[in-house]
Amino acid sequence: MFAAVVSLTVLGISLGFGLGYAARILKVEVSPIIEEVSAMMPGSQCGQCGYPGCRPAAEAIVRGDAPITICPPGGRALAEDLASKLGVAVNLSDLADHVPMLARVNEATCIGCTRCFKSCPTDAIVGAPKQLHLVIQDACTGCGACVDVCPTECLQLHPIKETLRTWKWTKPEAGLAAA
Amino acid sequence: MKLFHFRGGVHPEANKHHTAHKTIRVMPMPKMLYVPLQQHVGAAAEPQVEIGQHVLKGQLLAHSQGNISAPVHAPTSGTVVAIGEFSAPHPSGLPVRTITIEADGEDRWIECNTPADPFELDPAEISTRVGAAGVVGMGGATFPAAVKLRLGMRSDIHTFIVNGGECEPYLTCDDRLMRERSIELIDGIRIVMRALQPKNTYIAIEDNKPEAIAILTEACQPYDNITVVPVPAQYPMGSAQHMITTITGVEVPADGRSADVGVLVHNVGTVVAIHKAVRHGQALISRIVTVGGGAMTEPQNVEVPIGALLSDVIEFCGGFKEKPARLVMGGPMMGLVMPSLDVPVVKGTSGIIGLTLDEITPKPTMPCIRCASCVDACPSGLVPLEMASNIRSGELEGAIKFGLVDCIACGCCAYVCPSQIPLVQYFNYAKDELAAQQRAKHKAEETRKLVETRKQRLDAEIAARAAAAAARKAAKAQKASEASA
Repeated sequence: MFAAVVSLTVLGISLGFGLGYAARILKVEVSPIIEEVSAMMPGSQCGQCGYPGCRPAAEAIVRGDAPITICPPGGRALAEDLASKLGVAVNLSDLADHVPMLARVNEATCIGCTRCFKSCPTDAIVGAPKQLHLVIQDACTGCGACVDVCPTECLQLHPIKETLRTWKWTKPEAGLAAA
Repeated sequence: MKLFHFRGGVHPEANKHHTAHKTIRVMPMPKMLYVPLQQHVGAAAEPQVEIGQHVLKGQLLAHSQGNISAPVHAPTSGTVVAIGEFSAPHPSGLPVRTITIEADGEDRWIECNTPADPFELDPAEISTRVGAAGVVGMGGATFPAAVKLRLGMRSDIHTFIVNGGECEPYLTCDDRLMRERSIELIDGIRIVMRALQPKNTYIAIEDNKPEAIAILTEACQPYDNITVVPVPAQYPMGSAQHMITTITGVEVPADGRSADVGVLVHNVGTVVAIHKAVRHGQALISRIVTVGGGAMTEPQNVEVPIGALLSDVIEFCGGFKEKPARLVMGGPMMGLVMPSLDVPVVKGTSGIIGLTLDEITPKPTMPCIRCASCVDACPSGLVPLEMASNIRSGELEGAIKFGLVDCIACGCCAYVCPSQIPLVQYFNYAKDELAAQQRAKHKAEETRKLVETRKQRLDAEIAARAAAAAARKAAKAQKASEASA
């Protein structure tokens, strides 16, 4: 009886220490950088990057599987922030092909089905059943989630029109000036 | 009076003798007028007329929106034929919201609300009237004058400077205005003095305009609290910051406004517009424009209705002698290159300058030799060569460290650069790029907030549905137990 109690106690204590030690040395490291990058992403889970959400995309970026220019709603600003965070060179030419787009409702064909505003990750669409819907341009990220669910194809992405407020001076041609 | 100096600056060839001796001519009303809704710093005006509506001269076309904005008025009587987009007087040639008026030829004024005595008016009432007349800074900055006055009333303004610097080459519109409309100018100055109650009032005029100095000194005789101050002709003397330094010896802090140092500066054209607004109740619907440059047949100063096309103005002045190599709105140092002649004159149009190939002498850009001529020339004490080299390599943050934000884009650096490096274009590019980044960042933050709010809402909906289901279940169970009992 006594021998059994002692041996089981010893066994329990030694296994406990063994497990505790193993938990320490075999701990799976979750890089804190994934948390930080994930917090930097827009968080709209729009899926334009091809990953199921912002966090998987952040993981892929940190692993190096995805370029930092992968996020269209984040655009150039996010790419530059990520470049400085991760200490990698940013190749903005990847973004050059991507024209910033915004969704717009074609009033002629909208039937007021409400599907689009239920799917919008940023609540940028207003409307009511059987009423014309409208996209609030300032809140739209151009993710295209609404385009996929629209039954009449009245929701389409359109390139953002340049205005005097958004027009920019171009950088002078480097030419001989490269000192 | 003791004057102070600011560092840097340049002395470009003035070229003012072509137009300075000619009397201002009034341009006849063109058939069509294109009045852009954004002719000022701040929010665009919002139309309050309809297509087909008949309007009178001076009638409000679009009212101001928000704190920093200005209304626009009809430059003549006629019919509103369009409210839509029209090319802006801007290098991009992009369209901007514009009200188009077809003149009826009668040029009939709307009834103007004139006070019995403007010097009895409350200071707040003066700024309200100035704001309602759509007066903006006419030296080119186009900052709403009423906002500036209100700001001045809140801070303690000890010095009011009337800016007759006009340091840009070719331009003589302010010079002619000071010579021909001195009575109106002095009246406008006294109205602003009534609003601000400054201790000192100076009319600062560059010493290359002796006639204007003589005429205004004469006109100021009865008012011993207004002093005409000749200042040295040095570009960019007409910049408000540099004018303040020259007169008071105080430098406006980098992140501050002139009101912070107790000074308020208004251009002479603005003061005359204030006179018209308060004394006669007339809105700002015309301005004096210098039509000049080697390509013009007859360079001169013209009083042009706001909204007249550049082509109409140039035709009135006898057209081009030769095709201009570069057409600039404003002065040749800080003006904007116009993509076409089919853009309207706006409140900030001080000049229409057609430059010939000889005058612009384009030369190829050469490498920077780090001679630091630009550092000596910069009137704001910045290091243009370092700013440009940072921008060239994409280091916008680095350029900010060298003072990009304080650059006034006066062009002194590019003017003296022996390698013809387009320094100002680098700085404009960098400023626009930084503004775009700021906008993108702001949008990303707002998006994140929207996503979070949506998530909270959806979670709350799910919780509410679960609670409702639980309540239903409980009710059912109770019913069942009641039935069995």
